[in-house]
Amino acid sequence: MSSTTESLPFTPEEAAPPRNTAWRRFRRHRLAMLGAAVIAVLVLGSVLGPFVIPYDETYIDILHRFAPPFAGPHVLGTDELGRDMLARLMMGGRISLAVAFTAMAISMVIGISVGAIAGYYGGVVGAALMRLVDAVLCFPTIFLLLALAALVQPGLGSITLLIAATAWMEVARIVEGQIRALRERDFAVAAEVLGASDRYIVFRELVPNAIAPIVVSATLNVAKAILLESYVSFLGYGIQPPVASWGNMLNNAQIYLTSAPWLAVMPGLFITLAVTSFNFLGDGLRDALDPRMDQP
Amino acid sequence: MDTLLEVENLAIRFRTAQGEAAAVSDVSFSLKRGETLAVVGESGSGKSVTSLALMRLLPKPPRCHVSGRIRLRGKDGALLDVLDLPEEAMRTVRGNNLAMVFQEPMTSLNPVRTIGAQITETIRLHRPMPPRAAEEEAARLLDLVGIPSPRQRLSAYPHQLSGGMRQRAMIAMALSCEPSVLIADEPTTALDVTIQAQILDLLRNLQQRTGMAVIFITHNLGVVAEIADRVMVMYSGRVVEQADVVPLFRTPLMPYTQGLLRSVPRLDLAGRRAGPLPAIRGNVPDPRRPPAGCAFHPRCDFFQPSRCDATPPTLDKTPDGREVRCLRWQDSLLMAGSGEALPPQRGPGAEPLA
Repeated sequence: MSSTTESLPFTPEEAAPPRNTAWRRFRRHRLAMLGAAVIAVLVLGSVLGPFVIPYDETYIDILHRFAPPFAGPHVLGTDELGRDMLARLMMGGRISLAVAFTAMAISMVIGISVGAIAGYYGGVVGAALMRLVDAVLCFPTIFLLLALAALVQPGLGSITLLIAATAWMEVARIVEGQIRALRERDFAVAAEVLGASDRYIVFRELVPNAIAPIVVSATLNVAKAILLESYVSFLGYGIQPPVASWGNMLNNAQIYLTSAPWLAVMPGLFITLAVTSFNFLGDGLRDALDPRMDQP
Repeated sequence: MDTLLEVENLAIRFRTAQGEAAAVSDVSFSLKRGETLAVVGESGSGKSVTSLALMRLLPKPPRCHVSGRIRLRGKDGALLDVLDLPEEAMRTVRGNNLAMVFQEPMTSLNPVRTIGAQITETIRLHRPMPPRAAEEEAARLLDLVGIPSPRQRLSAYPHQLSGGMRQRAMIAMALSCEPSVLIADEPTTALDVTIQAQILDLLRNLQQRTGMAVIFITHNLGVVAEIADRVMVMYSGRVVEQADVVPLFRTPLMPYTQGLLRSVPRLDLAGRRAGPLPAIRGNVPDPRRPPAGCAFHPRCDFFQPSRCDATPPTLDKTPDGREVRCLRWQDSLLMAGSGEALPPQRGPGAEPLA
């Protein structure tokens, strides 16, 4: 476990540079800026898009099946039932992004709580919690997810919880290491001396100091969650048709790969775009929040 | 009624991998309203451990055992047994009755939160009030500790303030619940000399205004002379001398105190090149293997073979009400009375340098 702590890209002293320098560094990171822009477009498109375009994502236009993209009224073409691809991609984006963000939020809450308790109290409690983390980490995520998904009724809520349940461990490790280092610091003792409760010290004094690695890991967790949701939905255990998600759109598309390749290419492209954008954003944040990268 | 804090036979033992270490033994003192007690000693003499014991912030058994009695007068006049209080009640005592200021103002404020947020929430820990009112109170406290334009400073982060300002902010936080006893653990050590003087002035000022008692932990005897009413000298976890500040500086009875006083650089000798600054030779003994007899005997210029290394000295009361732990304090007193300079060179048979 000590190796986890040592290999962290942040030491507590460096965790929180003044905000404006971090922003300046972030702006210099072109890929991260690009990633942020793409994410903004995807999110806005998914949220607002369906109100703008004239087609419903479940409307079946049997006369225009397999319409190719960029030819005719359906901008990105239609699928095997004549449903508008753009509308489905936007609604799918809503589902995929909502699942990813919610799963990230839940995994953060669990990860931060477990890590903070383990790091702050240490001893038997800390060791027990961190061994639990190690144990859960031993399972290959995909198989754990698929095994769980096969047991549980598939649905929006259950798939979100499942993804969260397989994504909280790394955050817990990061937070545990940070809190363990931070709790020895003078300001933590100073807070204790002035009568602060444990919960106050952990969540008001210590966790804010570890916010940089937490934010980075949250960003990367979103990317991972999008990918996981796609996996599971692609394999048919996740979001069920006719509700669209990027993953189950891929599933439908595989039989038409040669005749109507856009059915697979479009959702694939969106998944790739979203995942790489979040990864770039995470990298950019990591660099921006790590002052050692600050070159004159 | 006037006694705020009473410590009796405080003993602190740590369990280490190499065996048990007595960090503090048999420490007793009391503190009156408005009084300043300076606790002096080298690193490792048990000063800071003692203050942490008062706060009950030492590790729990089995790693650390604290015995003795610490009685604190609460704000309602009732006596609290600090070592027996449940943790919940202890949390109320911290900050409310006992507060503490640390050595390093650079690190004892949270770097990612504004001064205002930190002070405001400390106030609200003990005095429930709406955030707006707490903010007013925080500004008033910053003003009280002499921070200019306090309202603007509320939104400053610690790194935007100088060391002295940070220490003032720290003091403001410690004062936020009007503690009756303030423990200041080397609060000026990390500051520039000019700032040190300001902080000392500030503390004295606040003390006059609020009547709080201060325990001032330091190894700077200049600071002691400046601020203390009474001085407690600690060596190897024991009180070796306790006296009012003037008699202690005039006629130190314990050779260790004498050594400490001699090793202070003196401004009146400037330019005379009086040779190297006299230092106390040797080091603080290992608390796991204390020397037999008097703990200070291997380093003492007054050492008498087969006496000092055989009999552990007791803490004696002198006729003028001082306390001293030395087998030969009467000799010291005689020598001081006869006008002889500070102690002679090492006696015959003294152990070689450690």
